[in-house]
Amino acid sequence: MSSEPQSGAVAEADQPRSTKGHRRGRRVAKASSQGKWASMLVAPSLILLAIVIVYPVTNAVIMSFQKDAGLNNATGTFVSGGFAGLENYKHWLLQQCTDLNGATVPCPPGTLGAQFWSAMSTTFFFTVVTVVLETALGFGMAVIMSRAFRGRSLLRASVLVPWAIPTAVTAKLFFFIFAFEGIANKLFGTSILWTGSDGPARWAIIIADVWKTTPFMALLILAGLQIIPEDVYEAARVDGVTAWQRLIHITLPLVRPALMVAILFRTLDALRMYDLPAIMTGGSNNTTTLSILVVDQIREGFNSAAALSTITFVTIFLVAFIFVRFLGVNAVETTTAIKKGKA
Amino acid sequence: MSAATATRAATAEPPVKSRSRNRHRGALARTYLGAAVIVLWCLLPAYWMVVTSFRQVGYTFDTTPWFTRITLDNYATAFSTNLGNHFGHALVNSLIIATCTTVVALLVGVSAAYALARLNFRAKFLVLGFILAASMFPGVALVTPLFQLFTNLNWIGTYQALIIPDISFVLPLSIYILVSFFREMPWELEESARIDGCTKSQAFRKIIMPLAAPGIFTTAILAFIASWNEFLIASQLSNDATQPVTVAIASFTGSQPHQEPYTAVMAAGTIVTIPLVIMVLLFQRQIVAGLTAGAVK
Repeated sequence: MSSEPQSGAVAEADQPRSTKGHRRGRRVAKASSQGKWASMLVAPSLILLAIVIVYPVTNAVIMSFQKDAGLNNATGTFVSGGFAGLENYKHWLLQQCTDLNGATVPCPPGTLGAQFWSAMSTTFFFTVVTVVLETALGFGMAVIMSRAFRGRSLLRASVLVPWAIPTAVTAKLFFFIFAFEGIANKLFGTSILWTGSDGPARWAIIIADVWKTTPFMALLILAGLQIIPEDVYEAARVDGVTAWQRLIHITLPLVRPALMVAILFRTLDALRMYDLPAIMTGGSNNTTTLSILVVDQIREGFNSAAALSTITFVTIFLVAFIFVRFLGVNAVETTTAIKKGKA
Repeated sequence: MSAATATRAATAEPPVKSRSRNRHRGALARTYLGAAVIVLWCLLPAYWMVVTSFRQVGYTFDTTPWFTRITLDNYATAFSTNLGNHFGHALVNSLIIATCTTVVALLVGVSAAYALARLNFRAKFLVLGFILAASMFPGVALVTPLFQLFTNLNWIGTYQALIIPDISFVLPLSIYILVSFFREMPWELEESARIDGCTKSQAFRKIIMPLAAPGIFTTAILAFIASWNEFLIASQLSNDATQPVTVAIASFTGSQPHQEPYTAVMAAGTIVTIPLVIMVLLFQRQIVAGLTAGAVK
């Protein structure tokens, strides 16, 4: 029973593979005999993922086209439920709210609706800044970790410490470090309200994020560096190529696939950033990300929140699509597979 | 290794041996300097958390860089329930949630990963793509529908309300890591077992599973950590009875309103972190292999 929907998908996906004429007949025969066994093994995971992801998300998309019944917080009027069309999406994207008379007006400042574009830009600001910093620092860390020296295992072990600490704990730790009387202000001799004022709040979060995730980035890049054969460098050295030229013309092009995958992973992760700003600032001082806005909206209306969360994941998938399609992130076989599956 | 580098440098520029040795020494010094900066940058904040967790409350903002004014009070405060915190209970909750999630994800994920790594079947790339897409899925997109669904089912405050969402990201992650471990295994042994008369499922259980155990174990650690560290979904779908440690720490209250109980929070943070750090240091090599799995293929 479980293998039925599976084989439906099988037929579709088969097209790109069977057009490859060079595959031997024996292999095709083997594939079909393994098919049933494979679908039995894969089915439980797919069914579980369908229950925990596909079903809720389908639900969310359906909800996003419904009106939120109840009091409208912005206007104080009672709104009845029912089909809403694109109203919830217009509410966020076009900043359309309903006023006391039921007319459509721009969302008043201070309401959640009015925060959409600032949350969007905050999210992208965090993403771009943290990913750029983490890539640059992670690359440097990876280069040092790839060298042979005594004590290298100590270095590799300590790099894993920030990664292992739960983000919620990291948030509390940096909240303490950036407290008004905290060590950061004392070290730099400043008296900045780190988590309590506009610019510094963002930077406190960025620093915490960079501390926590640069090691992960470094390890991914290190894995990429280690597959570059040593004799390539040796040949370059014999030819008198400088260290800088080696970096630009050998290391970077060869590490590029791994680097791009690392950047893709980090970007998608940063776009859903929630824990650090939620705990360090609660979203105040221009640190409300899309995820925080969704969570805030849940208490004010499920359907509107569902529209916002749909916008959020569509945004993330668009970014992923751009990476895969236009920046050629295809080091992971599976990423290429997505393209094949959709072609 | 360093000797080899020296020799290489020497053969590259035979006439100026001493210069190359100097340059090598300079490079080594720079490496050590860089390594020292990285180690300090990674460890100092964590060290500061541990130092503060052992410091008397009155000296919370003391900047003495080593252990002074040592006390265990903060640990007592962290576990105390007088102020409405349930840290001890939250630890148990996290343990239950993360263990259940890991067990379910591995039970289901191992067979899927085996099929994806080993078998030729037609929808393979479609399934892999779906799993990769699932692992990129933002948790926040699940919170809204699940909040409503679990409210309707009266599940808010149950463990399944926290385990089910965790599976949504732990299962794809586990499958992804397992696939790359399984691809590296000596599968010729499976063929030999089949020739010796094992059935496919016997070969899987008797030959492959023992060989796969290290990879599965590493995946289990990474799955456990991923679930243990989850905050967003848990903060919305748990209540006092089921809240995991991440939520408990984030909402820690002190004796004075609006006054953060820093030292107690640092103690709680240390307790949550220590087991993870020990696990990570013990299985460092495997974890790095697991983390970077699939990134370079």
